[in-house]
Amino acid sequence: MLQDKDRIFQNLYNDGDSGIDGAVKRNDWSNTKDLISKGRDWIIDEVKLSELRGRGGAGFPTGLKWSFAPKEVGSRPHYLVINADESEPGTCKDRDILRFEPHKLIEGCLLASYAVNAHTCYIYIRGEYYFEGQRLQKAIDEAYEKNLIGKNASNSGWDLNIYIHYGAGAYICGEETALLESLEGKKGQPRLKPPFPALVGLYGCPTIINNVETIAVIPTILRRGGKWFSSLGKAKNTGTKIFCISGNVNKPCNVEEEMGVPLKTLIEKHAGGVVGGWDNLKAVIPGGSSMPLLPKDICDTITMDFDSLVKEKSGLGTAGIVVINKDQDIIKCMARIARFYKHESCGQCTPCREGSGWMWRMLERMAKGEASKDEVNMLMDVTKQIEGHTICAFGEGSSWPVQGLIRHFKKEIEERNNFNPLVKKDRNIPYLVDQHLLDK
Amino acid sequence: MSIKKVSKEQPDSFEFNEENLKIANDIIKNYPSGKQQSAVMSFLYLAQRQNNNWIPLVAMKYIAKLLNIPYIKVYEVATFYSMYNLSPVGKYFVQVCTTTPCMIRGAYKLVEACKEKISKNQNTLSNDGKCSWVEVECLGACVNAPMMQINEDYFEDLDKEKTSKIFDKMFNDENIEPGSYRGRVNSEPENNRKTLMDLKNASR
Repeated sequence: MLQDKDRIFQNLYNDGDSGIDGAVKRNDWSNTKDLISKGRDWIIDEVKLSELRGRGGAGFPTGLKWSFAPKEVGSRPHYLVINADESEPGTCKDRDILRFEPHKLIEGCLLASYAVNAHTCYIYIRGEYYFEGQRLQKAIDEAYEKNLIGKNASNSGWDLNIYIHYGAGAYICGEETALLESLEGKKGQPRLKPPFPALVGLYGCPTIINNVETIAVIPTILRRGGKWFSSLGKAKNTGTKIFCISGNVNKPCNVEEEMGVPLKTLIEKHAGGVVGGWDNLKAVIPGGSSMPLLPKDICDTITMDFDSLVKEKSGLGTAGIVVINKDQDIIKCMARIARFYKHESCGQCTPCREGSGWMWRMLERMAKGEASKDEVNMLMDVTKQIEGHTICAFGEGSSWPVQGLIRHFKKEIEERNNFNPLVKKDRNIPYLVDQHLLDK
Repeated sequence: MSIKKVSKEQPDSFEFNEENLKIANDIIKNYPSGKQQSAVMSFLYLAQRQNNNWIPLVAMKYIAKLLNIPYIKVYEVATFYSMYNLSPVGKYFVQVCTTTPCMIRGAYKLVEACKEKISKNQNTLSNDGKCSWVEVECLGACVNAPMMQINEDYFEDLDKEKTSKIFDKMFNDENIEPGSYRGRVNSEPENNRKTLMDLKNASR
């Protein structure tokens, strides 16, 4: 188990002070200038050495992403954009970083901006996190006051300005190109890739976009060394991660743990166990709503890291663990998630716009037992028509949870929805195809 | 993409007050010159706050003129994002999260409380016109489920009874304290903390 001294977010529960004084006590800003003076290549190499993978859901290696930014600044300025549009159901880790560890994020912004040659950094916060945004703004003001950021930030010779931009309740703006559109003051509809934002991003300029948690761990990695970070967790799934455990557990909580920690440990130890005991467990959504759920037998042994979960056809995503016990109707739970995706589709691509509504309506009927036998396969077909046929990953995000449900709980759906819509032979009106409508 | 109802009753004029105009001018400076369109979302928020929690069409026209962009560009942004209210919602705007993590912890009990105390249907003003409620998608406080948001404040770890009490206070214009309603500290596991033990409640 991870030791307390190796936890990066010491103030996760706000035991200390989230302001500058508390942050300095926790060693933030202690030798920022020295870190920057070691140079751009050293920072990127150290991040590569740490094998840090992006914490926003896709798990893309951060050091590699940074190295995509052009080495020299041309006619267009570079930008760093922080994605704090945390809206994935089951996830609430960035909220605690924004309100209790804002200085880790701000220091990370400075180091990352220097590494990718950016003088301007925008932090895109979801509009509902108004209070968290105010807390972060206060921390930014403190940092400006102490000249930690601004002109000649931390005496490093690098200039950096940080601005907060509030979103307005659109889940899709967590997708990086939709976020850029939104930042430009447009509707949040994703762009086609390529060109990738690292070359053509915000206002057409090279832009690096990272999640809050990814940036907030950077100062600690550089201070304690990439080797230290990669010694935690598993190979290729290194470091620590904040897990959000919600749903039917006795003590829902956020907790920072090593990557590759067994799911059962997280639930039993930190979250006080499943309501009604471990045997009452029905399924777990391991990484925010868009990752396929896992039934109990897999939950017994699975470890929480990117690669193990992919092997089980799921994913770590944002590490928002939603525990569902046997008192819940699993089909209804997934129908509600489908409704979420129907509501949040940006409407740009037809398969997603229409398909997300189909999936929701079919699942609602299945939850009530009003669907016919072959509709289960039809639903699977609909998900396959959406997946991979959209501009952004929202198509996958909306269809995977439904696929997961069918993969693991097909029998349960079929038991509830087992009427046959075909005309029965002994009926008097054989030409009536909609016979089943009369049966009700 | 949410369906938006634009109010039929619209005021004749709208202008930022002096204070908001100053804030607006500061916000524009956050973006490079020529990219003033980026400020449209913040301006809509300012307008919403100034105009009793909703944005009239004249405000959009005013913002378009202020930013020197076509009116339609403001209109499409205002209709795309779910947090801009295009018709009156009252002084207190209650948003109940009912997405799965909240749902399985009893969010629909909160909805019942809303129906009893505020109005029978969502998006409808209460009898005194002070308040309305709406079911929303994940508000990002899943660990503290079920929860709701009143204007900017989060109310966490609720049940039906506590929600009703909050509404009673709200209707009397009393001060209501945001945060957890089970006395829990932020997002830590209640009475079950296994990490950061030396720091436990250090400053409190």
